[in-house]
Amino acid sequence: MKIFVCIKQVPDTETKIKLKPDGSGVDFAGVKWVMNPYDEFAVEEAIKTREAGKATNVTVLSVGPKTRIVETLRTAMAMGADDAIAIDAADDLDSISTARALAAAIKAEGEYGMVLTGKLAIDDNAASVGQMVAEFLNIPHATVVSKIELADSATVERETEGGTKEILELKKPMLIAANKGLNMPRYASLPGIMKAKKKPIKELTLDGLGVTATATRVKHVAYQLPAEKPPVKMLDGDFSAQAKTLAQLLRSEAKVL
Amino acid sequence: MSKVLIFAEFSHGQLKKGALELLSAARSAGLHATAVLLGTGAKTTAQQLGAWGVSEALVGDNAGFDQYNPEIFATTVAQAIKDSGADVVLASSTMMARDLFPRVAAKLDTAVVGDCTELSLKGDVTARRPLFSGKCTAGVSFTTSGPKIILMRANQLPVGDAGTASAVALKELPAPTTGGLGTLVKAVVKGTSEKLDLTEANIIVAGGRGLKEAANFKLLNDLADVCGATVGASRAVVDAGWVPHTIQVGQTGKTVAPSLYIAVGISGAIQHLAGMSGSKVIVAINKDANAPIFQKATYGIVGDLFEVVPALTQEFKAIL
Repeated sequence: MKIFVCIKQVPDTETKIKLKPDGSGVDFAGVKWVMNPYDEFAVEEAIKTREAGKATNVTVLSVGPKTRIVETLRTAMAMGADDAIAIDAADDLDSISTARALAAAIKAEGEYGMVLTGKLAIDDNAASVGQMVAEFLNIPHATVVSKIELADSATVERETEGGTKEILELKKPMLIAANKGLNMPRYASLPGIMKAKKKPIKELTLDGLGVTATATRVKHVAYQLPAEKPPVKMLDGDFSAQAKTLAQLLRSEAKVL
Repeated sequence: MSKVLIFAEFSHGQLKKGALELLSAARSAGLHATAVLLGTGAKTTAQQLGAWGVSEALVGDNAGFDQYNPEIFATTVAQAIKDSGADVVLASSTMMARDLFPRVAAKLDTAVVGDCTELSLKGDVTARRPLFSGKCTAGVSFTTSGPKIILMRANQLPVGDAGTASAVALKELPAPTTGGLGTLVKAVVKGTSEKLDLTEANIIVAGGRGLKEAANFKLLNDLADVCGATVGASRAVVDAGWVPHTIQVGQTGKTVAPSLYIAVGISGAIQHLAGMSGSKVIVAINKDANAPIFQKATYGIVGDLFEVVPALTQEFKAIL
């Protein structure tokens, strides 16, 4: 059984975000790129499944500027993925075009048992590509998954609101979007990094996958930095005076009580 | 003028606050919205919509919709959108909606934008949403010729007053499909919390390392009980196993935007700020005057939380 893992390269959480002067987008110069944290759980789960003898091959796929995303694909292969597919595209490709490209690339590879990805990417927070890939592949999906038991089908546990858990059974093949708690992603070992350099990366284009510019459905525009917050109002006095002042301010000034 | 369809979630016969926010927004913009309600009690709940300017509802009053099955819901909702001819679809950005609508959008070859924080329904429908963990925001520009699907984060839009009740015409949606499904809902294990979920809560009291040990979350529970808040936590104490991941606020936890966020013993790592900086009023209580959380706070108290929090609980009791 083959497993596909869809991963995204995103700016590191600690990176400062600068905007282009005309507000048309983000100025990525000097940004440190990392694998989307939720996709690390997906990669780890795929490798663990193969190590448990339940899968034969793990292929990682990514969509984005080719020369940049290969770094993240190499990281996934250094963790243990077998091979990779890089789909060259602009940074700001929308979710539906991204999903069409990923689904077409997976279809072209033939039989598979499972597709894994993260529950969302921390850059655009769309949380959409997984479900869309599942729709285009016509397979069931589950998102925000914190536990997977794989047999003839997959039994998954997903968290919803207020600590409620749903247990779903999904027929193979299925798409699962990982949440934190699914596993502890491993670090790439030095031998792993050396081996990854020799693992194959297949390069594909959007045109080759039949995804054209006319498939775009939404764009982000008019970027803005958040408004400066007024400076914090520090409350003086001993603890009982501080508590009293705070309660009054919350009620009469901020009007939130 | 836009034809708006609102996906209105409800529980125990009551519309959720997120749904009321969207109904209010559509009414203020002078739009006649149609609502979609799925699950047992949909018909009676839909009658409440008349007071919000809705004259037509599409209802699936069927126990087959009581549990969320992504395949069943996606098929039903996509068909309802198509049949209604709506060009704008609004839903609250709940866990269910975020799972469901991307699949619906793929079926309809259209766009969905989740977790929006601003919405304008006058003229061309537009929305804004935070990107890069709230480090910037962007407007959304739809290029789709299909319906524009917008999921709004809770607590971003005002809820007006219910108007005079009026009749709502009901159209019944087809019963859920049961054959040929790849997804089976085996069990739904209800959370123990009676409180509102973090993503819907109007007040959140969150704790971090400063609480020193798990048992001290009781201080926060006491404060939360007095003001009707939901308790949250930083990643550090979730990783330490003090509290479950379901209450983590921040990058790998939940993104919240309550009216009031009280951060107790939380230093304010970037990944925590990413999840709560959209809160309207932020209170920081920390013994370290240099903690980064104070840069995001509206009100700051440098002090011993073990003294300040019980005192605050008493003050809240006195005025609430």
